[in-house]
Order: sequence, then structure tokens, then C-alpha cells
Amino acid sequence: MTTPKRDFLHSLWDFFCSLKLTMFLLISLAVISIIGTVIPQGIPPQEYLAEISPAKIKLYKTLGFFDMYHSWWFILLLYLLTVNLIACSIKRLPHIWKIITEPVTLLGESLERSLANVATIKSPDEPAALKEQIVTFLTAEFAAPVVTEVDGAWHFFAQKTPWCRLSVYFVHLSVIIIFIGSLIGSLFGYKGFVNILEGETVSKVMLRSEKELDLGFSLRLEQFSVAKYANGAPKEFKSILTVLENGKPVPDYTNARVIVNDPLTYKGITFYQSSYGNAGNYFFTVSDLDGKNPVAIAVASQSSANLPDGSSMHVLEATKDISQFSPGLSGPAAQVELHTADGKTESFVVYANHPELNIQHAQQHGAGPVIHYKGAEERMYTGLQVAKDPGVEVVWLGCLLMVVGIYAAFFMSHRRIWVRIQGGIVTVCGNASKNQSAFLQTFEGLVERLGTALAKEKQP
Amino acid sequence: MTSSLLFNITTFAYLISMLAFFAFLASRAKLLGTAAIVVAYVGLLAQTVAIALRWKESYDMGVGHAPLSNLYESVVFFSWTIVLIYALLDIKYKYRVIGAFVMPFALLGMAWAQLGMNNAIEPLVPALQSNWLLYHVITCFLGYAAFAVACGISIMYLIKARSEDSADKPAGSGLLTMFPPVKVLDDLNYRAIMIGFPLLTLGIITGAAWANYAWGTYWSWDPKETWSLIVWFVYAAFLHARITKGWVGRRAAWLSIIGFAATIFCYLGVNLLLSGLHSYGGK
Ligand code: HEM
Repeated sequence: MTTPKRDFLHSLWDFFCSLKLTMFLLISLAVISIIGTVIPQGIPPQEYLAEISPAKIKLYKTLGFFDMYHSWWFILLLYLLTVNLIACSIKRLPHIWKIITEPVTLLGESLERSLANVATIKSPDEPAALKEQIVTFLTAEFAAPVVTEVDGAWHFFAQKTPWCRLSVYFVHLSVIIIFIGSLIGSLFGYKGFVNILEGETVSKVMLRSEKELDLGFSLRLEQFSVAKYANGAPKEFKSILTVLENGKPVPDYTNARVIVNDPLTYKGITFYQSSYGNAGNYFFTVSDLDGKNPVAIAVASQSSANLPDGSSMHVLEATKDISQFSPGLSGPAAQVELHTADGKTESFVVYANHPELNIQHAQQHGAGPVIHYKGAEERMYTGLQVAKDPGVEVVWLGCLLMVVGIYAAFFMSHRRIWVRIQGGIVTVCGNASKNQSAFLQTFEGLVERLGTALAKEKQP
Repeated sequence: MTSSLLFNITTFAYLISMLAFFAFLASRAKLLGTAAIVVAYVGLLAQTVAIALRWKESYDMGVGHAPLSNLYESVVFFSWTIVLIYALLDIKYKYRVIGAFVMPFALLGMAWAQLGMNNAIEPLVPALQSNWLLYHVITCFLGYAAFAVACGISIMYLIKARSEDSADKPAGSGLLTMFPPVKVLDDLNYRAIMIGFPLLTLGIITGAAWANYAWGTYWSWDPKETWSLIVWFVYAAFLHARITKGWVGRRAAWLSIIGFAATIFCYLGVNLLLSGLHSYGGK
């Protein structure tokens, strides 16, 4: 019954069972993955977009190159790989299963011819006497044999680690388990972000999908600090956090320490130290050139403030001690950016301890204002990465299975020995599923010792 | 005795060993082969002591950490793993000449580190302060080293296979008689990758475990991660190639070489040319 439809299904099945498809998929995935390592992923930075032509941007957007590992065609390749994997396994597994569960225990002519390792030992002894010796020998030196008598010939079959033939299938299964784990994570987990000021309490975090999520409990930042090595390199970023349920601190989660590489997990949600900054105000006095009309101005770190003359200003950077940057000067200083009312932008440094420099700068630029820096208030905030991933255990299970499976697939071998006594000749055959050269040595050793064992018995 | 003196001795030993291997190939004098391998072992020993000493020196400086924290230390470690894997293969299979195609990789690493890089011991930045660093780096680099050895063997394979194809003069021409038969080379290539693939797999998994522990994401498709997966795909393809007819021998050798090129890109190219989380070695 070969209808066209059936033919089509057959060829589809053969297509998915083919190892050529596996090669194609593995190599395609390798090559295609390169794209996403060259083109920035996620929201591309402005500088990058400015570099390439609008046509290119449009093309990349259409093809999904800015988020290519989640694009439909990349996912499709992964699904094809999975189907290929499953189809291959379904096709081959029954055969392997049969080798394991229904071993050929008789050493027939055709089997003997198909095996690479064959040896014969002549022995005039009675088969019945030989039989005991061979059973004892195989049991001691290899594995307990199955013994069968057919037409006056005795057949022995012994094997070691037959199940290791399955290890490849466990490796393949592990790939699928890892996919399942990642699917669980993407369906039931989330990734987010939250900034908390010292002393502030939050109960919502911002998800990557730009939605807000209510945690169901709240989190207070008690303190944030940075420790440095003697050479000035950062040593530790530390947030001290307290978890609150209904406004009350949870005992084991009070003043908990979170540093890079040591997160805090509460109710399956984990908080990771990720960034930090100062959200305190910067203070300035702004006056006319002659020092008249002084006003105090506070500028928040992420925003700008309007000055009396209609210009606006924000702080780019500030330091408590300028001497490390400008030897000879001292005290606090801030780098500010001024947008004048007539649309000009300039950036310069103003000082706390050197009012004459501030005046000098203003004079050089014609009209005021004169800006004096008065210092900053320190109010640190911490940036925490927030994640929940219920699929992660499944992923680790898959990884464990993969490692054990690969080990067994590479370094274990299904070894089989057949022995037959017929007409005064002992025939020994062997086969291994892996590492033939090592098995050859084992086999030759076995045959040699069997030879001596049989010879010894003959001497009374 | 300081670690940096021992590293110089190591570099020198690898240079001598490589030259002796070349001379061995040219002259076929057994003694030279033995000398080459002995010098390589001396270098390996010196390097082992040097790495241990550098580890101790970092503790003496009060910034104690395993010497695997920057580009200099990782290149030195890579070089050490290459010689180590080669030594294991030599002890097991005794095809000495392979050294002529493996020691250059080890020497290149040491020479680059000693001549071109700052070897100061620096304190560990917060992102690297984790025991996972040790597990992750050791497994990855042992894997990379096995691939380096496989690449050397594949180059030998291609040279030998080509000469066998072009010339029908039997086992004649000079250097090549020293090479193991193509069948053996093909097999050794497979065996080296059989060591490397599980180690790379472990390297990727420990990396994922660390990322999950430190950032809450076991996989974020950052360029380094992606490249390690690319390398993994190439070697998975290599393993399956052996089961598919027509993909053994020359094609397998090419896959092994491409795999090592991808490995090197994963290790150095990503840091030097692309940007991402694994910034050490950058700048
Ligand atoms: C498209 C997906 C895949 C298919 C269809 C596939 C299929 C196969 C088949 C049919 C075999 C031979 C089994 C036998 O000898 O009876 C095999 C072996 C193997 N596969 Fe896969 N495979 C796939 C993906 C993978 C992946 C992603 C890995 C990664 C770890 C992998 C690892 C292995 C290993 C380690 C072996 C044993 C190779 C050896 O013994 O040298 N496979 N695969």
C-alpha cells in the first residue's frame, strides 16, 4: 500500500531520522549563533545605531537580529533539533534495547564470522568436564555466563555493562530535559530590577517586560557601602537588606548581607547585587558676577535644576577631594553642565574651596552666573537584580544527566564474550561496543589465561 | 626562587623541547625525541611549581586567590594544561612526534604571556570572588587544551593524508615516515576530543551554575557564553560525524581544526574584539 500520502510521511520520517540533518542543524546553529555575538542584543545603544545605516537597522529589526536568540527562526531550529533527536532515538532505541535485553547467547557460524576477536584452544577433554572449568573461569575473570547445550555443543555467553549502550540516549534525553527546564523558567519565572535608596522600603520591582510586579512583601535597604583595596580597585559592594512582611521585619531576614556573588533568596525570589549610586543632592550657591543675589540651589543627581537667569544645570560628576585630579587644589568639586538660556551648552568644574576660580571662570565667559559648589549629601542607593526561576532545578537535573551520560558513552563499553566447545575445540569470541584496542588486550589476556587454566587441569 | 623566574625557565624549556621535536622529525634520531619529551616534562614540572608559588605569593601579598584571574594568568594556565594533556596522551599512546605539533601551542602561550603581558599579581574584583571561578576555569581550560592537542593531531593528519594521496611512493619521503599512520591519527584525534568534550560540557555547566548563583540567570546569551556553545556545537557535530558515513578522516580533521579556531576565538577573540560580561582580559 504505497499511496503518495504515505510516501510523503515516510520520507518526512526518514528526513527527521537522518544524522545528516543532525550535522546540518548543529553546524547551522553554530554559524548562525555568531550573528548575535556581533550585533548587540536587546536595546541597541545609541552610538551603535548612529554607526549603521537606517536601511540596515530596518533589515536587522525585520529579521529579529536585535533579539535573535528569541527570534522565531532560531527557536524553530532548536525545535527541529529536538524533533530530530527524538526521531533518531525512536528509530534506534528498539534495536539497542534488543541487544541489551535479548542477547544472542549461542555462538553460531555467522556470528563468529562477524566478530573481530576470535581465538581457538584445542582440548581433548570431555565437554562436561570442560564446561565446569569454563564457567568457573568466566565467572572469576569476566562475568557469570549463560550456558546452553545445542546438539552436543556447549555455548557460553557472558557480558559486562550492557546498559551503557543506553548512555547516548540519556545524553540526548538530557538535552530535552534542559529545554523543558528553560521553558518552565520562561513561562513561570521572571527577571527584574529594583533600585532602593538607603532607608527606603520597596514592595514592587520593575520587570524586563517593563511591567511592575508586586513582590507580596517588602524590602528595606538599611545601608549600602563600597570597600576598596589599597590601590583603589573595588573590593566589595555590600547592601544590608531587611525583608518585611506586613511592615514587620522577618527575623531571619533582618540586616541580611548581599554582596556580589552572594545573593539573598526569600520565598523563591532572589536578589542580586548589581549596581549602586549616589542619589543625594548636590548643593550650590549661584550669584551674579559681583556676588549679589546669592541663591542656594540643590540639584538631584539624576535631574537638572533651573538657575535664576533662565539657564539650567546638572551634575556630571563630583568628588570630595579634587587634589587627586588637580594637584595644588583641594576640597570638594563638581563637574557641571550648563545649558544657557540662549541654547549654548558648556561643561566645567566648580569648587568649594576655591571661590576665586569660580569667579574667574564666570568672568572669562562674560556674564554670570557665578556658581560655587557647597558639597553633596550622601544618600546611596543599591541596584538589585531580581529573579525567580522555578525551572532551574530541572535544568540542573538535565546537566547532571548529560555529564554522567557523556562519561558513560565515552568511557564505558559493552563487552561480550562467547565460548563454544565443539569437537574438542574451544572457540572464544569477543566484542566491545567501544575502544576496540583496549578490548583486544583484555581479550588476548583472557584467552591466554584460559589456555593455561585448561592445560593445568589436564595434569593430574 | 620566585614564580616569575620559574615561568621564564618554563618558557625556555618549551622552546628547547619544540626545537628538539623539530630536529627529531628531521633526523629521526630516537635520542632527540626522548630529549624533547624529557625537556617538556621538566618545563611542565617547573610550571606546576611556578603556578603553586604564584598562588602562595598572592597570599603573602594579602590578596590571596587562585592564579586564574586575568589574561596573563589564564594564558599561562592554558599553556600548562596543553602540556599536561599532551603528557597524558604520550604516557598512554606513546606517539612522541605529536609533540612537534603540540609544543608550539604551549610555547606560543608562554612566550606571549612572558613577553607581552603585565604579570603583576592583582587583587580580585568582586565579580570574580567565588569558588566557582576555580571549577569553571579549570574545566574550561582542560577542555580547550584537549582541543589544542586534537588540532595539532588533525594538522598532522591532513599533511600525512595529502602526501599519501599525491605520492604513491610507499612510506618514503623523509619527515612523514615519523608520523603515525593516518588511521591512528584519526583515532587519536577522536580520543583527544573525547577528553575535551566532557570537560567543555562541565566548563559550560559550571559557568552556568556560577552565573545563576551570582546573577540569577544561568544563560544570558552574552557573547562568551554563546561562543562556548558554538564550540560545543562544532564538537558535537564532530562526534556525530563519526557515526555518519563519509564524515570521518579528512572532514573530521577539518572539523577539529575549525573547532579549535572557534575555541581560540571564544577564549581570546571575544575578550579582545567583542564586549560582554566576561570582561577580564579586555583593554
Ligand atoms: C539533532 C539532535 C541529535 C540527534 C538526532 C542525535 C543523534 C545521535 C545518534 C543517532 C547517535 C548514535 C547513537 C548510536 O550509536 O546508536 C548519537 C550519538 C551521540 N550523541 Fe547525539 N544527536 C543529537 C544531538 C546531540 C547533542 C546536542 C549532543 C550533545 C551532547 C549529543 C551527544 C551525543 C554523543 C556524546 C553521542 C555518542 C557519540 C560517540 O559515541 O562517539 N547528541 N547521537
